Amino acid sequence: MMYVKAFLVGGLICVLGQILIDRTKLTPARILVLFVCIGCVLGGLGIYQKLVDFAGAGATVPLTGFGNRLAAEVKNEVDAMGIFGVFTGGIKAAAGGLTAVILFAFLAALVARPKEK
Amino acid sequence: MRTDEQAQKKYAAMVEKASPKSPMAKNCLMAFLSGGLICTFGQFLQNRYLALGIEYENALLLVSITLIFISAVLTAMGIYSKLGKYCGAGTEVPITGFANSVVSPAIEYRNAGLIMGMGAKMFVIAGPVIVYGTLTSVVVGICYYFLGR
Amino acid sequence: MGKYFDEIAEDSMMGEDSWEKAESCFVAENMALVLNKAGLSHEDIQYVLCGDLLNQCMGTTFGIKNMPIPFLGLFGACSTMGEAMSVGAMLIDGGFAEYVLGGASSHFCAAEKQFRFPLPLGIQRPQSATRTVTGDGAVVLAKEGEGPRITMVTTGKIVDMGITDAQNMGAAMAPAAVDLLLAHFRETGRTPQDYDIIATGDLGYVGHQLVVELMAKEGYDMSENYTDCGILIFDRETQDTHSGGSGCACSAVTFCGYFYPKLCSGEIKRMLFIPTGALLSADSAVLGLTIPAVAHGVVIESGKGRGK
Repeated sequence: MMYVKAFLVGGLICVLGQILIDRTKLTPARILVLFVCIGCVLGGLGIYQKLVDFAGAGATVPLTGFGNRLAAEVKNEVDAMGIFGVFTGGIKAAAGGLTAVILFAFLAALVARPKEK
Repeated sequence: MRTDEQAQKKYAAMVEKASPKSPMAKNCLMAFLSGGLICTFGQFLQNRYLALGIEYENALLLVSITLIFISAVLTAMGIYSKLGKYCGAGTEVPITGFANSVVSPAIEYRNAGLIMGMGAKMFVIAGPVIVYGTLTSVVVGICYYFLGR
Repeated sequence: MGKYFDEIAEDSMMGEDSWEKAESCFVAENMALVLNKAGLSHEDIQYVLCGDLLNQCMGTTFGIKNMPIPFLGLFGACSTMGEAMSVGAMLIDGGFAEYVLGGASSHFCAAEKQFRFPLPLGIQRPQSATRTVTGDGAVVLAKEGEGPRITMVTTGKIVDMGITDAQNMGAAMAPAAVDLLLAHFRETGRTPQDYDIIATGDLGYVGHQLVVELMAKEGYDMSENYTDCGILIFDRETQDTHSGGSGCACSAVTFCGYFYPKLCSGEIKRMLFIPTGALLSADSAVLGLTIPAVAHGVVIESGKGRGK
């Protein structure tokens, strides 16, 4: 059942992105920024976590889930260390994914040659 | 030929009519199926990792890392760009799309050197995501500090 | 379209390690090839006029830097071929040269990298987008010879109709082509029917249709003998190129490979060739500026006189 929910919710979030691409001529970078910010705000309001509880990876795998992680972690940090948590929360949440992206991008660029499509 | 504002407006309407539209229904269906599949695969990974006794938070991180790794491999093989052509937002919005947007410039600018080429250009597309994601988290943190607790 | 070309490269890197070097590589090869075909050597040529799309025309300069010929670099974006032929014809007509070598090149991957996104990025291109042609086309213009010959030149003004969408270059450039056509017909008193064929550079399907519509409004019937190199160059069905081809090479290789032999054989007696260029840069696109465009018209007739 979780798989069905993940499929439906994840798919629908992507459809939202597709409508933005086709209708507004927003570039990919802008769409990614928009999704992270939306996820972060919804996470801050505590709404996105409900979606995560409902759809699991359907809500965590899209970039909105990444935004939600930022919001969740900044809240944790603020709880733990007060106002200083504002400065540590965001990057701390992103640390794992970012390091993975940088590492794999570096390795990929070492072995791959650009190809024509 | 007249190029005043009125003529420009008229011309813009002509262009709108003459330009073919993206097949939106088909694009949305493809985005739905591909995006859904990636998320379902993420769920599968998550369940596997949890079953291995890994903690929830760490399992989520491991799912992200696995997906990023797969995306990097597919990008390096030139497959991700082909998928992206058909799937659109379906392969752009998930974390795999984020990885693709970092790996692509890294590969493309590799021949401009490791430091100023790959190193400097790696986040040419994804950089704004980090910047605005972090800024939003600061706003969220401040609001939470003063209002939320 | 492939069967009309002298040489076809399978490797878009040309054995080099960057797209930019690859472009220079085929510029160099093609310049040597066209001289060879014309039976001339470097010493016979007084001027080489060429350009491309990359920053500061680096594709061209690195391609011909080893050629001992006086060089005038041109930038007219995708209209460069028309500019080279126009200026070359003027140099010869003014008595400044016996032979002029003119050409233009572009590379899909290098252009995408400079103007749009890195290639491995998985994104969809809109239906109105055109694909940059990878190639180099070059001509030798001579004071005397068997022809075909350039008989008229109409130089275009910059026209900016406020289009900002860099994924719809045909729409940005069509008004420049129309402006040039109107100027040409006004000054010569000719009509579209005086030509066997009129070919614009790289407007693609979208731009082609817009030109036909705009010209109809001005009272000219362009429906019969008007085509566009961007439409001819690719097979829309099998190559999935959306609105067609673009880039300096689009008009250059289509003219040199496809039209030139037809002009030689007399199958086309008189053609109006109008390479069109969108004068945007990577920076102007980022700043959100509009896309100014320019077009250059060259009339080529078969038969004795000036030509390759």
